[in-house]
Amino acid sequence: MSYARRALTVAWKDLAVERRSKETLNALVFFSLLLLFVFQFTLGGDRERLAAVLPGVLWLGFVLSALLALGRTFLVEREHDCWEGLLLAPGDKSAIYLGKLAGNLALMLVVEALVLGLFVVFFDIDLGRALPGLLVVVLLGTLGLAAVGTLFAAMTANVRARELLFPVLLLPVQVPVLLATVKATEALLLGEPLGAVAHWVKLLLAADVVYVVVSVLTFDVVLEG
Amino acid sequence: MNLELIVRVVDVRKVFGLVPVLDGVSLEIRAGEAVALLGANGAGKTTLLKILATLLRPTRGTATIAGHDVARAPEAVRPLLGVVAHGAWVYDDLTARENLKFWATLGGLDARADDVTAALAGVGLERAADARVRTFSAGMKRRLSLARVMLARPRVLLLDEPFAGLDQRARKWLEGRLEALKAAGAALLMVTHSFGRELGVADRLAVLAGGRIVLDTARGSLGADDVQRLYAAHAEDAL
Repeated sequence: MSYARRALTVAWKDLAVERRSKETLNALVFFSLLLLFVFQFTLGGDRERLAAVLPGVLWLGFVLSALLALGRTFLVEREHDCWEGLLLAPGDKSAIYLGKLAGNLALMLVVEALVLGLFVVFFDIDLGRALPGLLVVVLLGTLGLAAVGTLFAAMTANVRARELLFPVLLLPVQVPVLLATVKATEALLLGEPLGAVAHWVKLLLAADVVYVVVSVLTFDVVLEG
Repeated sequence: MNLELIVRVVDVRKVFGLVPVLDGVSLEIRAGEAVALLGANGAGKTTLLKILATLLRPTRGTATIAGHDVARAPEAVRPLLGVVAHGAWVYDDLTARENLKFWATLGGLDARADDVTAALAGVGLERAADARVRTFSAGMKRRLSLARVMLARPRVLLLDEPFAGLDQRARKWLEGRLEALKAAGAALLMVTHSFGRELGVADRLAVLAGGRIVLDTARGSLGADDVQRLYAAHAEDAL
């Protein structure tokens, strides 16, 4: 019970700080708008070209936003001089990881919902029947991104050039997730049912389980440095 | 009087790269005792504090808190510690009450609302309990940091420059709180540059120079001038 309370407290704290300061959220919303503007300008109104690149473009938007959001996960602790406090908290450190993961997941899903909504408006897309399946794929893909991103954010929080190191470490590990999400999104947007992309969903589920379990098991070592 | 030995540092050496910062430091602190650790910039005071706080591992030697080795059993040591570091460990966008509840829950404490209110009242922040910390002065943040520590009722209190940035009134108030913690049986290690009135809390003075404790003496009735003379004599001899 105490473990779950500690994890929930960390998630609550991160979300409360973000809700009041809006530091990351404001930057992400502005960044997403810029991305959409660039994509719209580049792709124009060619429906065929749009259909071919839209899944990739959508996930590129999600991933770039995630890189910005996740990279700041533990910098906030350093900026508030609270890093040592987290280190010295007694008990299993993986509760801190799960709390951070939950906070990141919530923040990323808010931003992705906004990006998805803007995509629909900007590119005049009819999500229709694809929406429920798309939500499953987005949720699983985002969990995979956030799981490793939260771990690597802790790993790089104390190193120089962390802004360079963080994406260099994160993106190669995310290849299975990115492959599965883009392929599943493409099929769903073409009108296929969720059952038709079950193999990609299974890959996402497996990747999520592996990423979360490995992160929980290694977080203590990462935090203690 | 034979009070329980809480902090025991034996022949601790700490090397960063090729530079030895601590070179055979030994120190003991008993329950209800406060030791002021004096030393010039770079003498290794904060390094020693970080070793005791389980944030750094000694290169050689042992440091124990209540019998637990800080390097080998940090998880046994951490629940016993209260640390007031340079940073106040507070989130500017949370209120004082929310900060205390956060740290208490993270520390595994079952802090009720009454306990949090009492801790805030204990440091004179009851009126600012629901204000965001962003609006606090440095002194208020320092007090909130102390409230966090008091809520946990630690057996060992490690304080890095606890009086820095406080005005005269806040200093006097902090002295009173530290005396109360001592009376409750806590062992205090207080790192300071100052020879002023804050040394009044200390039962012993230890001077760190050249990586070693070059003076460890009861404060007794020594005044600020006496301490300064002693410090100068021992610290400069060691360098």
